[in-house]
Amino acid sequence: MLINPSSPHSDDGWLERHIVDPSLKSQQPIVLETKQLRVFYGDNEAIHEGDLKFPEHQISALIGPSGSGKSTYLRSLNRMNDGVARVTGEILYRGVDVNRPEIDVYEMRRRIGMVFQRPNPFSKSIYDNITFALKRRGITDKKVLDETVETSLRQAAIWDEVKDKLNKSALALSGGQQQRLCIARAIAVKPDILLLDEPASALDPVSTGKLEETLLKLKKDYTIIIVTHNMQQAARISDFTAFFNMGRALEFDETSQIFTSPKVQLTNNYVAGDFG
Amino acid sequence: MSPKTSNQIAISMLYVIASTIVVILAALLGYIIISGLPAISWHFLTSPARAFTSGGGVGIQLFNSFYLLILTMLISFPIALGAGIYLNEYAKQNWVTALVRSAIEILSSLPSVVVGLFGFLIFVVQFGFGFSILSGAFALTFFNLPLLTRSIEEALAAVPDAQREGGLALGLSKWETVLHIIVPAALPAILTGVILSAGRIFGEAAALIFTAGQSAPALNFTDWNPFNMASPLNPMRPAETLAVHIWKINSEGIMPDAKAISSGASAVLVISVLGFNLLARFVGHRLFKRLTAG
Amino acid sequence: MNNKLQKQLLKRSKAAKLERLGKTVSFLALMLITVTVFAIIIFVASKGLSTFFSNHVNVIDFLTGKDWNPNVTNSKGQPEVGVLPMISGSFVVTVLSAILATPFAIGTAIFMTEISPHRGAKILQPVIELLVGIPSVVYGFIGLTVVVPAVRSIFGGSGFGILAGTFVLFVMILPTVTSMSVDALRSVPRYYREAALALGATQWQTIYKVVLRAATPGMLTAIVFGMARAFGEALAVQMVIGNAALLPHSLVSPASTLTSVLTTGIGNTVMGSLQNNALWSLALVLLVMSLIFNLVIRLIGRKGAMSK
Ligand SMILES: Nc1ncnc2c1ncn2[C@@H]1O[C@H](COP(=O)(O)OP(=O)(O)O)[C@@H](O)[C@H]1O
Ligand SMILES: [Mg+2]
Repeated sequence: MLINPSSPHSDDGWLERHIVDPSLKSQQPIVLETKQLRVFYGDNEAIHEGDLKFPEHQISALIGPSGSGKSTYLRSLNRMNDGVARVTGEILYRGVDVNRPEIDVYEMRRRIGMVFQRPNPFSKSIYDNITFALKRRGITDKKVLDETVETSLRQAAIWDEVKDKLNKSALALSGGQQQRLCIARAIAVKPDILLLDEPASALDPVSTGKLEETLLKLKKDYTIIIVTHNMQQAARISDFTAFFNMGRALEFDETSQIFTSPKVQLTNNYVAGDFG
Repeated sequence: MSPKTSNQIAISMLYVIASTIVVILAALLGYIIISGLPAISWHFLTSPARAFTSGGGVGIQLFNSFYLLILTMLISFPIALGAGIYLNEYAKQNWVTALVRSAIEILSSLPSVVVGLFGFLIFVVQFGFGFSILSGAFALTFFNLPLLTRSIEEALAAVPDAQREGGLALGLSKWETVLHIIVPAALPAILTGVILSAGRIFGEAAALIFTAGQSAPALNFTDWNPFNMASPLNPMRPAETLAVHIWKINSEGIMPDAKAISSGASAVLVISVLGFNLLARFVGHRLFKRLTAG
Repeated sequence: MNNKLQKQLLKRSKAAKLERLGKTVSFLALMLITVTVFAIIIFVASKGLSTFFSNHVNVIDFLTGKDWNPNVTNSKGQPEVGVLPMISGSFVVTVLSAILATPFAIGTAIFMTEISPHRGAKILQPVIELLVGIPSVVYGFIGLTVVVPAVRSIFGGSGFGILAGTFVLFVMILPTVTSMSVDALRSVPRYYREAALALGATQWQTIYKVVLRAATPGMLTAIVFGMARAFGEALAVQMVIGNAALLPHSLVSPASTLTSVLTTGIGNTVMGSLQNNALWSLALVLLVMSLIFNLVIRLIGRKGAMSK
């Protein structure tokens, strides 16, 4: 499945690596940036080149063959890898390096939320799933909570489906609904950035379509970084795309560029479906 | 003998052995219930024991058993919960953890009479609690902690990590996540463990004879002030339990109906334990359904 | 650099404080248990050793002496505190009950996992769980009212003794040994059986030559575990063994175990007296034996893990 990067390079203009600075291509400021990021599982280096910049209110997709380090990279961004992997380098969130021990990871993760591959609603009611984190932060005003529940569920495009059963267990929802509930749960704490790791991989096509619509709507309020193994999905919803291979981000550019005229041969092979 | 014949013989033997076990249980239960039931009456369950004459009951002992059980759980559950959480959620794989696990294992395999003697030494003598419910509850706590800790740890381990990540990704601490998401999700299994250990506590006697004592002073069931000596709630009074009572009257009982009383008390004890067993199944099942269904 | 944000991210949040607190509290709970275990060992050891250090009883005499009579001094001017009768009583009932229980436990476990898993789960599993749950005083009481009279009518004498104790312990440890053996058998991978059956072995040959062999460490652990329980069991044995601190010379004459002497004796002695200290020494022997059983189980586990 993996391609060998040391395979003979042709001289027909392919680049070894091509990373663009999104601020040159869009008006949006950069909200998240990694510098010299390296991630180790024990002695195993899973990411050794991943300097990327993510623009505000855009969807950036991370694609690449499985095992290339996309999840590892994504989970490092809000330090979900603390205690699992060793992460060196800088993670600049609006200019502040959050990969420092003194940073309060809990406050940081509230601003950089995450949605996972498998929907993981808590075994509580739908209402409690959304309000749980708010209550833990001391918000107890019923009106505020009710409002947040409604806006989050509306933003996640699941309000109409669940508004009559807010007190029912979240586990009784379908997989697709559960995943959108997880998105609603994540945005209820009003994050700045939303990280999603293959959020549609466990869903059927109809649910996937709904999820994609949801993400496109969320873009105006949130900066979204999404890992996907589905290239059509990346092409449909993202503004920027990064191609990962063997622990390196090899190419990063506007999505249209990546899918029409990639500059790195491996990217080309990958998006053309030659492997992966 | 051909392999086929020996196969036949061996398998028949296994059937015999397995049936024997079922027969043993049936005989045990049958004997306990049949010999015990005639002795059980409302009077038997509610009136105090008599030392020299027949017609005594086990009312006070029964109350003591339940009171001791509740007190023990109140003390041991928070400790076991904390220890189980630390072991499953925080402990790293190092020599300290290995040592702690060995210690817990040792405690769980210590003879309960040794645990009782330790409780006697520390609580009855050293702390001056005397033979009392409190001393008994502490001794039973030691007896209970290892198994309860282990069952809580296992219950927590069975909750998928995805639930933990869900909490962390919302900016909650691991502790909040564990306390408010993982523990509730593990509740059916935890409760099952609690109820099963309650059955064990209820029937334990060896750890109690030198801690809670072997006498059951008369109680005034209208006085619920725990500071009064005759109050059932007073934790400083000696309290012979049902299990201890059975042992006591069989070792040195001189009432004429000792055998009938032991039969009745044994039946009550076994029926209670059966009840705990059934309750554990029921609770585990029901709660699990309630947590997952719509 | 975004100074306001930096400040917010550097401030310790409520979550961080809770995390610190929760981790500390749960660690303390764990430490409480650990410290208790060490306290038990230290206290019992210090009480138990005082027989030798304060009362100057010779350890060898103590362990090999055949007479237990703490109130009497012998010809050497030493109190008669020989624990050989109790130690041998404890070992004999333990070993005999384990020998009796092993074939039943393993046979039942095989039945439950290999022969009839359905009936195993539906009937035997609950039976075993119920047997585990019956309190030991109830076993003692039944021993007293059923086993002892039966022994008396068959072998004569009082009926109290090693045989009655063995029988009670056999039933008591049976469920524990069985359910642990079941776990051991279940952990043998399926393909072991399939491979043997595919080679044309009969079911029994497969069980005997392949499954049992693979599960041996687990089943040894189960047996040692049962022995540890039998050795430490107090009241049930005390009720049927007769409580005569004599070297057992027959299976049907009254004898005693470490636990039976402890339970009957400790209430009748004065703290700090030689008689009392000698009983604590018995407790210490029990504790040490329990540690040894633990160690053996560990060694079996390690060996089993290595040979896999
Ligand atoms: N928890 C972990 N411990 C050790 N190695 C891991 C862990 N998670 C991932 N890896 C390794 O890191 C590399 C990248 O994995 P991952 O980030 O999951 O890739 P992707 O998401 O692109 O499929 C793989 O070689 C994988 O085996
Ligand atoms: Mg992945």
